[in-house]
Amino acid sequence: MSAAPRLSAARPLTRSRRRLGEAAIRAALAGCALVSVITTVGIVIALLVPALEFFGEVSPIDFLFGTNWAPLFSPAHFGVLPLVVGTLLVTVFACLVALPLGLGVAIYLAEYSSRRLRAVIKPLLEILAGIPTVVYGYFALTTVTPLLRDLGLGVEVFNGLSAGLVMGIMLLPTVASLSEDAMTAVPLALRQGGYALGGNRLQVSLRIVVPAALSGIVASFVLAISRAVGETMIVTIAAGLQPTLTLDPRVAVETLTAFIASTAGGDVPTGSIEYKTIFAVGLALFVATLILNALAIRLVRRYREVYE
Amino acid sequence: MVSRVTDAPLRALDVRAEDDRSSESPRAGVFDVRGLTVRYDGVAAVRDVTLAVREREVTAFIGPSGCGKSTILRSLNRMNDLIPGARVDGEVLFHGSDLYGHDVDPVEVRRRIGMVFQKPNPFPKSIRDNVAFGPRILGLKDDLEERIERALRQAALWDEVKDRLGRNAFALSGGQQQRLCIARCLAVEPDVLLMDEPASALDPISTGRIEDLMHDLKREFAIVIVTHNMQQAARVADRTAFFSVEAEPQADGARCGVLIEMDETLRIFTSPSDGRTEDYVTGRFG
Amino acid sequence: MRLRQGLFQAALLASVAVGLIALGALVLRVVIDGSPYLDWMLLSNPPSSDSTVAGARPAILATLELMAIVIGFGVPVGVGTAIYLEEFADHRRWYNRLLEINIQNLAAVPSVVYGILGLGFLVHGANLGRVVLAGGLILTLLVLPTITIAAREALRSVPQGVRLGAFALGATPWQVVSRQVLPAAIPGIATGSILALSRAIGESAPLLLVGALLYAPRDPTLLSGFVALPVQIYNWIRLPQPEFHGLAAAAIVVLLALLLTMNAVAILLRNRFQRRW
Repeated sequence: MSAAPRLSAARPLTRSRRRLGEAAIRAALAGCALVSVITTVGIVIALLVPALEFFGEVSPIDFLFGTNWAPLFSPAHFGVLPLVVGTLLVTVFACLVALPLGLGVAIYLAEYSSRRLRAVIKPLLEILAGIPTVVYGYFALTTVTPLLRDLGLGVEVFNGLSAGLVMGIMLLPTVASLSEDAMTAVPLALRQGGYALGGNRLQVSLRIVVPAALSGIVASFVLAISRAVGETMIVTIAAGLQPTLTLDPRVAVETLTAFIASTAGGDVPTGSIEYKTIFAVGLALFVATLILNALAIRLVRRYREVYE
Repeated sequence: MVSRVTDAPLRALDVRAEDDRSSESPRAGVFDVRGLTVRYDGVAAVRDVTLAVREREVTAFIGPSGCGKSTILRSLNRMNDLIPGARVDGEVLFHGSDLYGHDVDPVEVRRRIGMVFQKPNPFPKSIRDNVAFGPRILGLKDDLEERIERALRQAALWDEVKDRLGRNAFALSGGQQQRLCIARCLAVEPDVLLMDEPASALDPISTGRIEDLMHDLKREFAIVIVTHNMQQAARVADRTAFFSVEAEPQADGARCGVLIEMDETLRIFTSPSDGRTEDYVTGRFG
Repeated sequence: MRLRQGLFQAALLASVAVGLIALGALVLRVVIDGSPYLDWMLLSNPPSSDSTVAGARPAILATLELMAIVIGFGVPVGVGTAIYLEEFADHRRWYNRLLEINIQNLAAVPSVVYGILGLGFLVHGANLGRVVLAGGLILTLLVLPTITIAAREALRSVPQGVRLGAFALGATPWQVVSRQVLPAAIPGIATGSILALSRAIGESAPLLLVGALLYAPRDPTLLSGFVALPVQIYNWIRLPQPEFHGLAAAAIVVLLALLLTMNAVAILLRNRFQRRW
């Protein structure tokens, strides 16, 4: 039996002293979280205010459906379709590269490769993902375009095809790693069931694993598309700054992002209608990627839920 | 019945006479629980529990899984407060003071009541820093080394670690880690030690050492232990409370836990009053 | 059947090969084009219209200054946000769920839109002008979601037992975080922050809008105009003379070397301090 009074007995049980320090720290942390809210609000305001002024002068119909984009000419035309088609053209070629190849890499990593090979390939993929886009732009301009020329495809110096192909390489790791995550999340039990029934690896991969991981795989596709739409440097360097309305990938096109980059970086007078086009186009871009991202997030959530 | 909801009106603290309870037992009461009901998100996990925990005794909570033993244990040091959606009704008196009173600080509550968990959870720090954590947050910087040594001796761990106090706690075996966790509690000189199945993750030898430790520790502290192991309760506990689930399931299918009977351990195991207790201790169900 | 399997596996390997060949070709091209220009002049001279003496010194300094701003602002705010969401926020409340969704959305907004944000508010709105501070703040906002998400993962990986043990000893919520959870999560947070930082450095799109002074030959300070390294590369690419393409390639090598170092440090940190719980 201890004779000395126990330490803890000396402390009163109630301490209604409100711990001010704790409350202040909580507030500071919540303040940090608020920064993200302020950022979003800022983006929306920065886009909406000038864009609405723009649409006060230019009718949205002309903007969305017009086929002539010549904001700096007089008379000025503000039909955004050439930019949209330019963006879509490059995006399509990027996806033609990134989606099948990325999925192929994912299937290989998830179902076929040995651990040693994985340990080599995965870091290389991460490097590929970490290369700055301006470097990819350089590559597109100096290597891919001449290569396509040598192959006899008759591309111009600036063309949508080079940009699209290189963008596809850039997006390959995104598709590969997200799809691989989705596929490794498929429980081993499903695969074992397939093998036990006599299936070979091709059949188990394509008929069991891929369908099971489908929402994650599609999410990676959607995310790649979203990033392709929002990509700026590769297209600014290699695709050109001519808003031609065309489906021919061998000629110069201008994307939404390239327009923003080249115009905003130039000396357009602040407050003019040309200046406000930056924000109108930016708004269109923002809305497009927002929709794509919401779709991707929902798909990811769906594949995560299935196995919980 | 007083609700613990935070906008309850201010109450004067009750100071009750210590010999309020039955005169059979000369030991002073530490906890006096009356009509305790704990709900998680509106569903009652355990209902209307009334029991007492006394000083310098080991009190065991036994019963099948899912009947709320750990929930009650957590109510004794307000760890349930950390679970969102948890709500405590009823009265829990600690040395006569309402543990859930309006101006009671849960942090202060936990500084006077120690808890040891089922899976040993040492901090990813050195052995010394593990034991020193409690005193440090209380602001007890002086004679820290003596305090650490005393706690480790009390937990029967000192001889094994005295030469390597700077080593990471994860280097210890499971049984040693659990004794380290006990030493951690002892370093702040609590009144009570709450133990939630402290030996269930350990091998039999370590289990035996923890049980020996409990025999030693109960000379100074009140100990409440939740255990699945009836034999363990028979070995270590002075008094035992048997819990089970209600016969009728609730709205969402879950069954609520209730206290069936509480008495001296010997009596619970040899001549219990309730048929359900007898069924459990004789192995007829459980 | 065998043929089909063989072809399939070949196709998969071909996918991997395409990626690796492209990576190799890119690196080779950049090194070959840039090697004639990889000398001390590149690191010590300012840009000039004479390609024989042009260098990227102000650009490298600008990039380092931007890095410092991102570390100084981004890491505290990002980690603070992560701590709030993981340790303090009640997830049943709608506003906390909204906060999480908001961060996920921000992570996916195109970087050029952040540039527009900077253009509207910082450059013109706050009248900061096209200065390093503005560029740094915008880059910070750009990678803040990434830092937050990485920090959350690191905090989440600390086992719940550590928190329970600390709470049971009577630690206040902030004591639990500051003395147990955060120290245990620091390796993960450091790794994630370095990776986020390396992303910020490679970003050029927002800086085209916020730091668009085309030629800034003097060493940049916080409130001066600037051209960051990737933008300097972009400027050189746009010039018609092939010598400037070579300079661009050389600057790319410098940039890649910087990024490789940072990533190597991050991976080293991760491997050395990764705890096996």
